[in-house]
Amino acid sequence: KSYLGSVLSAMSEAVLPDVMVPPAVGGLYGEKAGGPVVDFSYVGIDAILEQMRRKAMKQGFELNIMVVGQSGLGKSTLMNTLFKSKVSRKSVLATAQEKIPKTIEIKSISHDIEEKGVRMKLTVIDTPGFGDQINNENCWQPIMKFINDQYEAYLQEEININRKKRIPDSRVHCCIYFIPPTGHCLRPLDVEFMRRLSKVVNIVPVIAKADTLTLEERDFFKKKIREELRANGIDVYPQKEFDEDAEDRMINEKIREMIPFAVVGSDQEYQVNGRRLLGRKTKWGTIEVENIAHCEFAYLRDLLIRTHMQNIKDITSSIHYEMYRVRRLNENNTVVTHANGIPEHHLAAHEM
Amino acid sequence: MASTEIARQAGEGARAVPLAGHVGFDSMPDQLVNKSVNHGFCFNILCVGETGLGKSTLMDTLFNTKFEGEPTQHNQPGVTLKSNTYELQESNVRLKLTVVNTVGFGDQINKEDSYKSIVEFIDAQFEAYLQEELKIKRTLHSYHDTRIHACLYFIAPTGHSLKSLDLVTMKKLDSKVNIIPIIAKSDAISKSELAKFKIKITSELVSNGVQIYQFPTDDESVAEINSTMNSHLPFAVVGSTEEVKIGNKMVKARQYPWGTVQVENENHCDFVKLREMLIRVNMEDLREQTHTRHYELYRRCKLEEMGFKDTDPDSKPFSLQETYEAKRNEFMGELQKKEEEMRQMFVQRVKEKEAELKEAEKELHEKFDRLKKLHQDEKKKLEEKKKSLDDELNMFKQKKTAAELLQNQAQQAGGSTTLKRDKERKNFF
Repeated sequence: KSYLGSVLSAMSEAVLPDVMVPPAVGGLYGEKAGGPVVDFSYVGIDAILEQMRRKAMKQGFELNIMVVGQSGLGKSTLMNTLFKSKVSRKSVLATAQEKIPKTIEIKSISHDIEEKGVRMKLTVIDTPGFGDQINNENCWQPIMKFINDQYEAYLQEEININRKKRIPDSRVHCCIYFIPPTGHCLRPLDVEFMRRLSKVVNIVPVIAKADTLTLEERDFFKKKIREELRANGIDVYPQKEFDEDAEDRMINEKIREMIPFAVVGSDQEYQVNGRRLLGRKTKWGTIEVENIAHCEFAYLRDLLIRTHMQNIKDITSSIHYEMYRVRRLNENNTVVTHANGIPEHHLAAHEM
Repeated sequence: MASTEIARQAGEGARAVPLAGHVGFDSMPDQLVNKSVNHGFCFNILCVGETGLGKSTLMDTLFNTKFEGEPTQHNQPGVTLKSNTYELQESNVRLKLTVVNTVGFGDQINKEDSYKSIVEFIDAQFEAYLQEELKIKRTLHSYHDTRIHACLYFIAPTGHSLKSLDLVTMKKLDSKVNIIPIIAKSDAISKSELAKFKIKITSELVSNGVQIYQFPTDDESVAEINSTMNSHLPFAVVGSTEEVKIGNKMVKARQYPWGTVQVENENHCDFVKLREMLIRVNMEDLREQTHTRHYELYRRCKLEEMGFKDTDPDSKPFSLQETYEAKRNEFMGELQKKEEEMRQMFVQRVKEKEAELKEAEKELHEKFDRLKKLHQDEKKKLEEKKKSLDDELNMFKQKKTAAELLQNQAQQAGGSTTLKRDKERKNFF
């Protein structure tokens, strides 16, 4: 039963049959014979929550996740595990070559998924070729360009005179960065990439293929990574400066003490103790993906999907996008028309 | 250096994928709602109607609070809008409610311009939002939205038809705000008259092309109730904050010698329907319509008015940069002109002041000269007088000496003592 239902019943509105259906006309307010005593001080303002929920269900949600990491770190498998279906590019494109591309490519694929009436358009953006070359200088550039291009597209839509009712949101909400499980420390490539990208997008670092680390090695590795992130001034999600209040801070501190999550991905089910569970079967045992004693996949899933999804999208739209917009509109002051005449505007009077 | 590829499958661009287990994103609506709860909501109602139709009372009744301390003063010449913001809370929902009242609407002898202040007010709220949206550094998510979400238009219970003021005003407002017409103080109309009145009003609105707010019927869960309610418009309401004992409960009612009108009795009036539609079912839709329809229309018109265009007739994207530069130069030109004017005026004033001061100085000099001359004249006069007095004195002395001399000679010829005595007498003299 939803929380709205429990709130309403606390107010002795037992007449409301179901949370989703508004009360029938003329049936309730005190005049029908034998009706219960109605609370006259109840205005009904809290019904707006239900109205919002209805609207959200009708519109559906959008989520755009980017996965970045060297090939072979289990990115596609992790995506499939997170969303319990074949959402990664490899699973979709049967003709996907297994060759490592010569340059970094950005490939995105969208899916419509639905759960309990909630529809979501999930877009997974893959970056094959990242970190795979001999010389990886500037390998973050195409990724940054892609992210900024999405902000640009949104900005263009937003400044149109005739705007769409709902601007399609292709902005990257979250970038999962896969750290290879070396067990020692971050590589220079990792530091460089995260340093630059954490300024434009929410980065969630994860330790990939964590089943190759023992628990002690894992803890040591995580501590080392956190130290290095701090030393380099890299703010990963959840960023400290965006904590809204004490309650937020408390919850986020707990998360910050656990990142990066050490994850294992799998889309195969095995029989364990009479239950069918997702896992990896080896000669020395079966690693259960969703068992928090084995790996931290469940924490990652809860963070990304069950608790902080809206927050991730909010930070993207109200902070990262706004910063991009400020930069973009300010640079108009010095630069004259673009070569292709892209219209941008800001009203002169207000900036004077 | 890199290639970007967006893979799209059949249909609208994304494929439907079945899920093998529970992922957990069904909590998204909850996350969204929680965020809104933390943020709080705002809702702005505008009440338009003639004086004395019970606007304030209806607001009090709708929201179950006593809003204003004192009744509004009705002594202004034109139509003014008074807005008050209140913070209400019910369970965990915090609502910032703004109620705007039109004071003096319909009181004037000449009502041609009555609607103007209302339209200006609504536009001002849109303008404020537009300004915020166009700022470079903006804070949209914490912006207090003052745009009017619903306009309750109070129709006087004449029982005949709409007044021309009503038609004109509603026509001017229907493209700017969601209008919900209501028949005020409907306990003045009998049931049969009411039905006819409603039909007349609806037909007049339709024939004059007034677009009133239609409760949305696209969502199945509320389509039925909304379409039923649409047929009951305009709602005939009665407002009251006083409670009367009916049976064994206290109800909001108006007590007359011939009976009691219960506000929340659906047989007596449509108050419950209004509350249902306005607050419990469609508050969110009202807010959304305001933002996506009325505000967008205002924005489009405003930006086009200022010379911004999306594309040129030659379908080449018109450079707004050029428009901006042109306007900027224009503005700077104006500023410079003003500056020149001010400088001129300043120089002028200085000159005038200088001339004035010179005048004054000259006058002072003249005065000084005059006085000096006067003084010299007086001095001369006095000297002359002194001289004449001196002359007199000299003459007198001469006479005296001559007389003494004569006397001396006379005495030498006569006695000595008498002479002495005379001498002394004369000496004394």
